[in-house]
Amino acid sequence: MASLLHDIQHHSVTIAAPLPLDSGQVLGSVTIAYQSYGALNPDKSNAVLICHALTGDQYVASDHPATGKPGWWARMVGPGKPIDTDRFHVICANVLGSCMGTSGPASPDAATGAPLGMAFPVITITDMVRAQAMLLDHLGISRLHAVVGGSMGGMQTLAWAATYPDRLASALVIASAARHSAQNIAFHEVGRQAIMADPDWQDGQYYGSARAPTKGLAVARMAAHITYLSEEGLTEKFGRRLQARDIKSFGFDADFQVESYLRHQGLAFTDRFDANAYLYITRAMDYFDLADPHDGRLAGAFAAAKDVRFTLVSFDTDWLYPTSESRRVVQALQSVGAAASFVELSAPFGHDSFLLDVPALDRLVAGSLRTGLA
Amino acid sequence: MKLRPDLAIIADAVPPASRVLDVGCGDGELMAALQSKGVDTRGLEIDPDNVTAAIARGQSVVQGDANRDLADYPDDAFDYAILSQTLQTTERPDRVVDELLRIAPRAFVSFPNFAHWRIRLALLWGGRMPVTRLLPVAWYETPNIHHVTVSDFRDLVRAKGIKVERVWHLSGDRPASDAAASWRAEHAIFLISR
Repeated sequence: MASLLHDIQHHSVTIAAPLPLDSGQVLGSVTIAYQSYGALNPDKSNAVLICHALTGDQYVASDHPATGKPGWWARMVGPGKPIDTDRFHVICANVLGSCMGTSGPASPDAATGAPLGMAFPVITITDMVRAQAMLLDHLGISRLHAVVGGSMGGMQTLAWAATYPDRLASALVIASAARHSAQNIAFHEVGRQAIMADPDWQDGQYYGSARAPTKGLAVARMAAHITYLSEEGLTEKFGRRLQARDIKSFGFDADFQVESYLRHQGLAFTDRFDANAYLYITRAMDYFDLADPHDGRLAGAFAAAKDVRFTLVSFDTDWLYPTSESRRVVQALQSVGAAASFVELSAPFGHDSFLLDVPALDRLVAGSLRTGLA
Repeated sequence: MKLRPDLAIIADAVPPASRVLDVGCGDGELMAALQSKGVDTRGLEIDPDNVTAAIARGQSVVQGDANRDLADYPDDAFDYAILSQTLQTTERPDRVVDELLRIAPRAFVSFPNFAHWRIRLALLWGGRMPVTRLLPVAWYETPNIHHVTVSDFRDLVRAKGIKVERVWHLSGDRPASDAAASWRAEHAIFLISR
């Protein structure tokens, strides 16, 4: 499966400049795969960067090349949609460390040509943002009308405002946080251990073999998937209903619909994602804490970002990145005098609400992007 | 769209290029009017539908509760704080006034005057909590938990050493004279300062 994934051709650029990483290591050059939509205006002032989530990709509004499914935010991005490609030049790049064409653990070692595997350096959310800034430099875009992201995409958006405050006019942060909590880290560690406990993982050097840790990756996805939904949503969708049977099997088949659903989600995920990329990106998220370089004062991260317009959105059923984390960011922004908007929307879908049909979110996204447009 | 009369008075009185926090900003109507004259506006609003509407029209609004969330704003973050028709709904109006004048040196505070003659008569003759145009909800479900009169508010600011810069009285949608305002004003707008 992994080999099929790595055979896909993506639109990408290779930038032959070094990328210094938070770890102290340096990537000699970086390849960034990206998609863009809508025309860039002559003064290059209408660019919107969309940052994708953990298992997202650059195919925000185009069919996924591995699964054939519509883009993950096709409902939000397109002509006449809230992120209107008739008006904006939308860019979405595959994050550093991922597996859809951007440099990551499946990339070849410059010297040997063999996949790096665990020799790829550990990266951070800010490293991902630095790579995106290199892409924008390459494209000749010095300043963004907006950076937009949900979940890990929201973390990148916050890191953009903290790292390059002069390069964006507004930041739209949805269902996200400025740090990973102990609970967030704990769930990720379960996923990583599932992958690394799979004998097919082979210390990360499975690319050349006929085996890949699909079982471990599927279990990681199953555990994570639960965190993306609300208890109410799960109950409503599955309850205690049995899957294609009238009585319990008194065995360990997927008796319950929810088991069958999770198994399917886990397995389908392995067709489109690389296990090592999952390890690296979850690690980057766990290391994320914007207050850390400022003695724990989050406001310190935004000291130079007071001219950025921020909009934060949380969802009342999201227990992965709860409203309290968004409020913490808003408080920090208010304390530096930045223009911050925040609302907690009501939606039944848990953390995944940012990807689903929430009409109030559409209005918010459209409205906050219109602001400040010439 | 025409602004509510009390909001029109405030919109008119705020100087251009000042920084304003509108506490209980609703869907951002006053903020929009202020912005069109070059005022830098921020809002705080408790109702998420109102917040969504205000953000969608381009306003910077934070969902929050005036009873609790004013504490998040630094001292002197604004030139003016505005609290219109909200004072009487807060848990501790005195503390809210303190917060307004911590966040900004000046504040506009508007409220329905509970000593208006119609309310006095309703209470005197009817013996029941009045239900009026500005206070349209019965006592058991009204959000107005701290009814206040023009004289009460003057007493409060005097006790706190707060200066009253200017007062506007409204009767219906029209200005009411300051003479006997305690009886005749349905609604009062105070501009106060530290």
